[in-house]
Amino acid sequence: MTATTTSGTTAGVRVAALAEIPPGEGRAYVVPTGAGEVQVAVFHHRDGRVSAVDAVCPHSGGPLADGQIDSCVVVCPLHLNTWDLRTGASTSGQAPVRVHGVAVDDDGGVRVTPR
Amino acid sequence: MHMTKDVGKRRLVLVGNGMAGARLLEELLERGASEQFQVTVFGDEPYGNYNRIMLSHVLAGEDGEESIYLNELGWYADNGIELRSGVRVEDVDLPAREVVDADGGRTPYDVLVIATGSSPHFPPMDGLRREDGSLLPGVSGFRSLDETRAMLEEARSGAHERAVVIGGGLLGLEAAKGLQNHGLDVTVVHSPAHLMNQQLDADAGAVLRRSIEEAGITVVTGARTTGLTACTEKGRVSGVVLKDGRVFEADMVVVTAGIRPNTDVGLRAGLVVERGIVVDDQMLCVDQARTTAGPSAVYALGECAQHRGETYGLVAPLWEQAAVLADVLTGADPDAAYHGSRTSTKLKVAGVDVAAIGQSGPEHPDDEHVVFSDVRRGLYQSVVVRDGRLVGATLLGDTRKTAALQQVFDRGLPLPEQRVELLFDVGATTEGSVEDLADDAQVCNCNGVTKGDICGAVAGGCSSVKGVMDATRAGKGCGSCKDVVGKIVEHAVAAGGGALTEDPSVHWYVPGVPLRKDELVAAVRAQHLTSVSQVFAALAPGGAEDAKSKMGLTSLLRTLWPEEFVDERDARYINDRVHANIQRDGTFSVVPQMKGGVTTPEQLRKIADVAEKYGVGMLKVTGGQRIDMLGVRKEDLPKVWEDLDMPSGYAYGKSMRTVKTCVGTDFCRFGLGDSTALGIAIEERFQGIETPAKLKLGVVGCPRNCAEAYVKDVGVVAIGGGRWEVYVGGAAGASVRKGDLLATVDSPEAVIELTGRFIQFYRTWGNWLERTYDFVPRLSIERVRLVLVEDSDGMCAQLDAEIEAACAAYRDPWKERDAPDAPGRFSAPALPLLPLPVVPRRPMGAPGGTPREQLPVEIVMPNEEAVVSGAMAGAQQ
Ligand code: SRM
Ligand SMILES: Cc1cc2nc3c(=O)[nH]c(=O)nc-3n(C[C@H](O)[C@H](O)[C@H](O)COP(=O)(O)OP(=O)(O)OC[C@H]3O[C@@H](n4cnc5c(N)ncnc54)[C@H](O)[C@@H]3O)c2cc1C
Ligand code: SF4
Ligand code: FES
Repeated sequence: MTATTTSGTTAGVRVAALAEIPPGEGRAYVVPTGAGEVQVAVFHHRDGRVSAVDAVCPHSGGPLADGQIDSCVVVCPLHLNTWDLRTGASTSGQAPVRVHGVAVDDDGGVRVTPR
Repeated sequence: MHMTKDVGKRRLVLVGNGMAGARLLEELLERGASEQFQVTVFGDEPYGNYNRIMLSHVLAGEDGEESIYLNELGWYADNGIELRSGVRVEDVDLPAREVVDADGGRTPYDVLVIATGSSPHFPPMDGLRREDGSLLPGVSGFRSLDETRAMLEEARSGAHERAVVIGGGLLGLEAAKGLQNHGLDVTVVHSPAHLMNQQLDADAGAVLRRSIEEAGITVVTGARTTGLTACTEKGRVSGVVLKDGRVFEADMVVVTAGIRPNTDVGLRAGLVVERGIVVDDQMLCVDQARTTAGPSAVYALGECAQHRGETYGLVAPLWEQAAVLADVLTGADPDAAYHGSRTSTKLKVAGVDVAAIGQSGPEHPDDEHVVFSDVRRGLYQSVVVRDGRLVGATLLGDTRKTAALQQVFDRGLPLPEQRVELLFDVGATTEGSVEDLADDAQVCNCNGVTKGDICGAVAGGCSSVKGVMDATRAGKGCGSCKDVVGKIVEHAVAAGGGALTEDPSVHWYVPGVPLRKDELVAAVRAQHLTSVSQVFAALAPGGAEDAKSKMGLTSLLRTLWPEEFVDERDARYINDRVHANIQRDGTFSVVPQMKGGVTTPEQLRKIADVAEKYGVGMLKVTGGQRIDMLGVRKEDLPKVWEDLDMPSGYAYGKSMRTVKTCVGTDFCRFGLGDSTALGIAIEERFQGIETPAKLKLGVVGCPRNCAEAYVKDVGVVAIGGGRWEVYVGGAAGASVRKGDLLATVDSPEAVIELTGRFIQFYRTWGNWLERTYDFVPRLSIERVRLVLVEDSDGMCAQLDAEIEAACAAYRDPWKERDAPDAPGRFSAPALPLLPLPVVPRRPMGAPGGTPREQLPVEIVMPNEEAVVSGAMAGAQQ
């Protein structure tokens, strides 16, 4: 198991088991909300943390879940723009992405709370 | 008493987040304005601020968008500035001291600054606009990033052949050059009699015209455009009609016929507006109603402002205005005053250096006019002298003298008796000219940087050219002053007793690990680091991983540890994770290996079947002599590979890609060697080998060079008698370079051996993303030949052994279809599930493509299935 801090959370929608997202990679999920569905890219950091932002790159629709990450940013695979995964602000001058709530529950499930 | 931080701060609202506005913010911050003001900025472009000048480079494809930002969105937040980007201001309520934005919001201000810039002027032309008032599709101005993006996309789409640029001034020529770079046939139609008539006289204009025409652009002067024609079928522009009746066909039209200051906000507010918003020497606006509610607190600067009857269209004056206004607003110098700018410009226009100072030609009968013109070499230089003073200078093609002449002009310095010495240092050396420059001489006009600023940065501790450029932005606009900046830095560093350094990061292998390639290799070997995360932990500052360094490190570790490399998939770029090339809609392209460009009916049948079965968007013969299947869904990749049962062609990797061949001896009546067989053998041997940047090879059967071997990373040419020439470092992509002859050898085996040795040498010493066309000249062909042919360094045996090991470790990545490395590698719905701009769906047989219902199997389009399975993933809980 990874060293993710869990809080016995049951909030949000379970989208996957953490083990299904290889360390350092991302996957995209559709998450239902009261107001419809949102597409969320969930990233599993190598240090065990998880991050979640909009799945669609605001620049030109690139698939952010296919991007490369480090502990701070995601790099979109299409034109290599970057976004801070904690604030959603672009570090290369693009419009921001939405940051969604995400946590790992006691069963190792990734739970997303769309914002 | 409870006080919040902002009490006591005045509210400063800035309308317009362009070059003048942003410069003002910087000048304000420099003067500690964040203590005095709470700043809100409105900008109707949805970005931080960017260097508009660089749009020329973006259009030309020379710079990416990402490199033109001056301040990104985070900068505003970091400096406590509220940025309302994408919000347009409609009106100002002067009596209430509020600005009204397009959303109807009202924002109160104590001080208002208007910096709304200009818009392209569209002269009246029949057919310019559609009924709803919008521009005819295919017609564009050239002002904003959005316009530039749209034009770039059209120019790159390949769907258009001809462009007409209306207006042959600075912008028009830049637009023409930019579009031409993308292969369009470009005509510039200019109504005055010569190009750039604002800055140049007729003779200089004629020299410029010749340089532009030599670059392959058609120039029509003295010709007014009266209308546009449209193609009703395509619903877009089809041509340009001139007053004299001539018609030029055009798929794209760019209008660069001047600019008009954006004065609407000022007008609605009731400020005095003539050509621009009228300001005084402190950039204060004049209020129509002269309200008695207190002193006006509205200022304007930049291209929207009119000062002493002048409006400006270049950046240099804006820098002066911003500095004055910042002094006034912060009280740093309450008496600061702007006295207008001398219009002198140094520009790089469509690749030609142009400098224009003062008047362009003689105006009085007694004016002396000294002209040197060398039309063939694109040179034109002239000075205008009146009463012993320099009143004008024009330099075209060679602008090295600009800074010196500018100084003579600005200060009215005495002139040499031989006026021609102003242009040429007759009998003297040109060295020392930067030394003579005054401190306040402006060196970089784009960013308003003086020699003093540069020397200041050096005094402040910068000792590298890159460091000074980052600190002052000198040289970061059009780039025409880089040489001078470099010289000044060199000189200032030496004068300070220091030594010129280079910013070390330019030599790092990847940005996140502060080591050169050789140092990195040594450390990786010494510490036996076999995975990318180990490298970060051991060698990066604070052990921090860096997303943009991962790909380069993966490549290096693979090269260093053919067997032991620990493959971390997150350290691979998406293309290398899924062995295909990502497309702009998130689908992928699949290019199977087709060695030497030779195929069989069986292969073609399989490709045809697969294309139909998986609804491949476009089948295309590539420039690399094989077939590309574009628009394959990620989920389908393993099935496509399975059905094809052909190895990967590595069209996605920083690796050996293809070996192009010609038909050679078997069929060609000129063939001197069996190029086809040799090319196939080379491709088979070096398939998939990762290299610092991509590697493309070619083998031809004679010097007619039908497969372009002279311009390949490694090119092999049969010259008869069983002999083969091996060229390295050739290029015919973004750079064009004929390869250097490495050696002439006697047998196909010797070609393969030498090729392998060269590839391993490049793998070992080449920098990340350094193509051989840079690598070979960096080391020099002589050195490469000594090492690889003469074995001067005794390393040939080792190189041969290493490349052998690398070749032996080859495994076709498409075999991963049977056992993907991770769950969801291909099956997970990782595509954005929204409808995206799709790649053009092209013929599967005929224009328009095979309709979906006629496909042999039922195809679920990416978006549908992904939504279905994605929704299920979400509902599983
Ligand atoms: C498919 C193909 C065009 C075609 O339809 O013919 C192609 C497609 C791309 N080329 Fe190319 N190049 C293709 C042949 C070439 C050639 C011709 C050749 O290989 O003989 C060249 C000139 C030779 C060279 O490499 O210098 C070429 C020079 C480039 C360059 C400029 C490289 C340079 O340093 O000068 C780039 C941009 C880059 O690498 O940064 C590029 C980049 C690209 C990329 C990968 C853009 C990208 O980063 O996504 C394109 C991928 C399209 C896609 O979505 O699949 N492509 N490209 C050709 C595939 C050849 C193959 O079978 O493997
Ligand atoms: C392609 C190109 C190449 C150029 N090359 C050169 C060169 O080589 N050298 C040189 O000196 N100059 C060059 N220029 C000119 C230079 O870019 C301009 O002089 C400079 O940008 C003017 O600055 P500004 O702030 O006044 O206007 P702008 O930079 O246009 O900024 C005005 C901003 O205000 C925004 N705005 C307008 N109205 C509103 C509103 N109502 N509400 C909110 N926001 C609003 C606009 O969207 C814009 O972002 C070039 C210009 C272009 C387009
Ligand atoms: S395929 Fe090559 S030439 Fe064509 S648009 Fe893409 S990168 Fe440019
Ligand atoms: S689509 Fe993401 S950076 Fe362009």
